[in-house]
Amino acid sequence: MKTLLELTQVGIDFKTEKGIFSALKNVNIRIQEGEYVTLIGHSGCGKSTVLNIVAGLLQATSGGVVLDGREVNAPGPERAVVFQNHSLLPWLTAYQNVELAVREVFRGKKSAAQMKEWIEYNLQLVHMQHASNKLPHEISGGMKQRVGIARALAMQPQVLLMDEPFGALDALTRAHLQDSLMDIQNTLKNTVIMITHDVDEAVLLSDRIVMMTNGPSATIGEILNVNLPRPRARLALADDPQYNHLRHEVLRFLYEKNVKVEDIFSQAKKSTALASVQQANAIPRLPKVS
Amino acid sequence: MKQTSFMLVADRAIRNLGLPLIGITVFLSVWQFTSGRIDTSLGKFPGPAMVWEQAGGLLQEFRDEKIREVDFHARQEKRNAKLKIQRPDTAIQMRSYSGAPTFPQQIATSLKTVFTGFTLAAVIAIPLGIVIGLSSAVYKAINPIIQLFKPVSPLAWLPLVTIVVSSVYINVIDGMPKSYVTSAFVVMLCCLWPTVINTAVGVTSVSSDWVNVSKVLRLNFFRHIRYIIFPAAVPMIFTGLRLSLSTAWMVLIAAEMLSQNPGLGKFVWDEFQNGNSNSLGRIMVAVLTIGLIGYALDRGMLFLQQHFSWDKQALLR
Repeated sequence: MKTLLELTQVGIDFKTEKGIFSALKNVNIRIQEGEYVTLIGHSGCGKSTVLNIVAGLLQATSGGVVLDGREVNAPGPERAVVFQNHSLLPWLTAYQNVELAVREVFRGKKSAAQMKEWIEYNLQLVHMQHASNKLPHEISGGMKQRVGIARALAMQPQVLLMDEPFGALDALTRAHLQDSLMDIQNTLKNTVIMITHDVDEAVLLSDRIVMMTNGPSATIGEILNVNLPRPRARLALADDPQYNHLRHEVLRFLYEKNVKVEDIFSQAKKSTALASVQQANAIPRLPKVS
Repeated sequence: MKQTSFMLVADRAIRNLGLPLIGITVFLSVWQFTSGRIDTSLGKFPGPAMVWEQAGGLLQEFRDEKIREVDFHARQEKRNAKLKIQRPDTAIQMRSYSGAPTFPQQIATSLKTVFTGFTLAAVIAIPLGIVIGLSSAVYKAINPIIQLFKPVSPLAWLPLVTIVVSSVYINVIDGMPKSYVTSAFVVMLCCLWPTVINTAVGVTSVSSDWVNVSKVLRLNFFRHIRYIIFPAAVPMIFTGLRLSLSTAWMVLIAAEMLSQNPGLGKFVWDEFQNGNSNSLGRIMVAVLTIGLIGYALDRGMLFLQQHFSWDKQALLR
């Protein structure tokens, strides 16, 4: 396995009315080809910002992202994104939404017949071939997200980026989609970066869980290797000691080491607490190369 | 069960048919009552019955004119046939009938003029709105001009447009007299703005998610407009077009009055100038016709919107 994606000393500052706000600082991570990595952290900690920098939708202020030996500066279909709110184009059917992506990415490379076949194959992967002629408003939230995933997969990306893809769905639909995604992953073996705030989702799907500290100047707190064998079965794992141990580790990071301070009276306490956390995590543990 | 469903139907019938009928009846009686009390130099102000009579009269004039036209063509053919026999070498001339325009013909002229002005406005306003919506710099540059011209009445434009048209448009094309060009142009100037503004708003409010999709796919400028921006803005473009069309129809009547374009505006003006005892009734027929056509145009746009816009919810708002 080779390193496919590398983030080195990535930081980003935003200009606000109150001055410069440092959202991310010193984010370092290496992702291997075929690896499934999730980013987890409290809301507002900058996980989406990391993803958007990899996607090229945001530009890092310091450091940089290298994909397969080339620096990332702008968005592109080799880093396909599954957005949180599906972001299907409402005037196009499921098929046409995927078609728009396929036509752009494979123009001059595939014939019209090959494109059609490829679009249908991808819709079939997410079990949406039956609704290919439906408009987004005619299908459920879970189905929309499936089409969103099909559109991203159809771009045949080097890295698939998913921004809380199941965040807006109910628990049962979410479980369904997670299982579908694991199935697809078993066949395609994509390199994936996924953002989540769901601990179970992170442990179930990932090879590695990247846990982020709270902002400002958020960075990587800990990285947890998930060595559970694949294919993974949701029900069997629910009673698995190793699974529960990993789950516990993530929960401990989120609720013990990185308590999100929501109140206003302990502003001073928060900043000192944060400072100590950052010091402890100044050098993020890099994963072992397997 | 059956009882309640019957009552639901009855309730709906009363709401959708009964209430409007009551409204119309009250309106007609108030009209009848007050009109009898207004004395003018041309007799009493026309009540509903009188207006109905005048509408019949206008329709009769149209029928008579049609008969006269048919007669004219018949006479001409007969004469030409005779001429051909008597002097075979003379060139035969066909003259077109030149009777006074009747009420339905005036309606047709008005519709043709309004659609010309409206179409010109749409062709200019939609691209302009898209450009303004895409770039805040262009918006800042153009906005003062829009705000300056938006409130200008068509009557203020008319003298300028008339003078310009009569000096620029010299070789008059058949079927496009100067008065028609002037009216259409004034309509265009006045109904540009709702479409420009609504299109721009539609473009600026395109979901950032869709713009991100476009960025990830690396759509070039034209494909970005064609596949993302334009379709996303379609609901707002239609809202603008609907407002523009109703503005256009209002402006047109005034423009026709002053430019003497042979449409409904000129009809009203001529009746006002050559006042006789029927004039007020005939003007009232024109007023109601203008209202009905305006309503029909608006419904037509709504129908098109329902057909072409993806945002079906927008119509319920």
